[in-house]
Amino acid sequence: MNIEKMKLREIFEKQPVAKDFFDSIGIEIIDDNLTLNEYVEKVDEEKLEDLGLSKDFILENFKEFLSNLSDIESNQLQQVKSITIIGGYNKLGEKENIEIEIKAGEIISIVGPTGSGKSRLLADIEWMAQGDTPTKRKILLNGEVPDKDLRFSSEFKLVAQLSQNMNFVIDLSVREFLLLHAESRFVQNKEEIVERVIEKANQLAGESFTGETPLTSLSGGQSRALMIADTAILSKSPIILIDEIENAGIDRKKALNLLVEEQKIVLMATHDPILALMGDKRFVISHGGIVKILETTEEEKKLLSKLEELDRTLLEYRNRLRFGERLS
Amino acid sequence: MKLITISGPPSSGKTAVIMKVIESLKQRNIKVGVVKFDCLLTDDDLLFKRHDIPVLKGLSGALCPDHYFVSNIEKCFNWGKEEGLDILISESAGLCNRCSPHIKDITAVCVIDNLSGLNTPKKIGPMLKSADIVIITKGDIVSQAEREVFAAKVRQVNPTAKILHVNGLTGQGAYEFTLLLMDSEDVETLEGKSLRFSMPSALCSYCLGETRIGEKYQVGNVRKMDV
Ligand SMILES: Nc1ncnc2c1ncn2[C@@H]1O[C@H](COP(=O)(O)OP(=O)(O)OP(=O)(O)O)[C@@H](O)[C@H]1O
Ligand SMILES: Nc1nc2c(ncn2[C@@H]2O[C@H](COP(=O)(O)OP(=O)(O)O)[C@@H](O)[C@H]2O)c(=O)[nH]1
Ligand SMILES: [Mg+2]
Ligand SMILES: [Mg+2]
Ligand SMILES: [Zn+2]
Ligand SMILES: [Zn+2]
Repeated sequence: MNIEKMKLREIFEKQPVAKDFFDSIGIEIIDDNLTLNEYVEKVDEEKLEDLGLSKDFILENFKEFLSNLSDIESNQLQQVKSITIIGGYNKLGEKENIEIEIKAGEIISIVGPTGSGKSRLLADIEWMAQGDTPTKRKILLNGEVPDKDLRFSSEFKLVAQLSQNMNFVIDLSVREFLLLHAESRFVQNKEEIVERVIEKANQLAGESFTGETPLTSLSGGQSRALMIADTAILSKSPIILIDEIENAGIDRKKALNLLVEEQKIVLMATHDPILALMGDKRFVISHGGIVKILETTEEEKKLLSKLEELDRTLLEYRNRLRFGERLS
Repeated sequence: MKLITISGPPSSGKTAVIMKVIESLKQRNIKVGVVKFDCLLTDDDLLFKRHDIPVLKGLSGALCPDHYFVSNIEKCFNWGKEEGLDILISESAGLCNRCSPHIKDITAVCVIDNLSGLNTPKKIGPMLKSADIVIITKGDIVSQAEREVFAAKVRQVNPTAKILHVNGLTGQGAYEFTLLLMDSEDVETLEGKSLRFSMPSALCSYCLGETRIGEKYQVGNVRKMDV
């Protein structure tokens, strides 16, 4: 659209959220029957001075704001069907001889000793490294070199992160907050999606909660369940990085399944064999390079069932301990 | 030498991020120094000294630290050149939400943290709105959803900035931030450069030391509420 010629009212009819821009910089729109230029000419100088704004700032930034919105609508950014990691050099300067493609819906575990470079690998992916990080790795999206501007686009964040230390800190109810999240992503039918997130989160969590529950009173398990359901359904990032998920108050297998159903690429840095074996493959990192890629074998999957059994037994003992029983 | 102005609300993580950035630049043999501007008190300079980072400290006392900044930055800039720095970073606490140390053609960074509240980006003036790079910290302790909502709020008030997430504790994102800093232009002198935004003139009687309450003591640029 040619915003120079359009009246503000016409712009707002096409893009109702465009109003938020003026709200967020503290300028009220009293007469929307003007073009942007006409409007800015009329804003009181003293008011601008108070707010620390200039006419040029409003003109330039409003146009940029609209162009960000249309990027979101064109949707073209969001379809990531695969990423490719092209090896660089390890810490000893030796070549990392790999080129691996990871497809949407795959779960990869990343294992290796402390300091081996797991976090660096995840950071390379997040940054879409092009030989410009210490590892000299290159990352492709859908088989191609990604546009450099994507690195700073807030509409396209390649990677969403989930980690053990994360908490909800906002003082809102679950539903109020999810609506806010949905609005910030400009999703259509937001009420519907929000209810779906709450329903899915409840399927993952040990104890149930409602849309009215305040975020800050969720238990650890409920918070993790909500974070995963929200990330699976509301976050547009195609890749999810998980830094361990504690096995308390949440069904980890269902959680991973939900992410896979939503066609996410899941990368998990973990030392927990149960979580690691839930992956389709695992990357073994040593001295800053990927040294092995192991596919989870049938035998390992059988072992996984055994480990899960053990885990359940342990959990039972833990619960009995809590309730003051004698263990035998 | 490159000059980078870094500002942001108190405790947003400016010093933590600067430390990580310098660690990363040192590994590439790039020499960095810091000027720290604050109001009454700061220990940041000791932290920098302990890490053998050349540092200057300026305390503005009763003045707005950003006003103090403008009157002193040229001197500090010349000090940095004499020290043979490749990059001089100025850290100033944005105590006055209306003023900002950002200078035209000098890379301007605002550091703001995920814990500061969703309405904070709206409330911060040119320090955030006119920054080239916005660094968001403390993403390690809030949920992915809150990070996304917060970044969207920042994007709303500054649609043109590059927004980067940096963890001040682990340094995640700091390396990437340095790549951006290395892109900024080298500067010969600050003479003739101007601020991105004028600073409000503080010229009521109270700016000049008046303490008594009452109409007759008020002169100059006085504004009254509608009550
Ligand atoms: N290929 C490489 N070349 C140079 N430096 C590297 C390489 N890989 C990793 N590093 C550096 O090694 C250090 C340790 O790596 P990293 O933090 O990724 O380890 P980690 O496996 O995540 O450890 P932890 O288990 O303790 O979290 C980092 O400073 C990282 O930048
Ligand atoms: N968890 C967490 N804490 C941080 C982060 N960045 C800074 N901090 C902490 O926040 C506090 C204030 O940081 P500081 O750098 O002194 O803030 P400044 O006043 O802006 O310079 C310190 O205790 C830091 O350790 C971060 O990314 N995550
Ligand atoms: Mg790590
Ligand atoms: Mg500080
Ligand atoms: Zn001021
Ligand atoms: Zn005054």
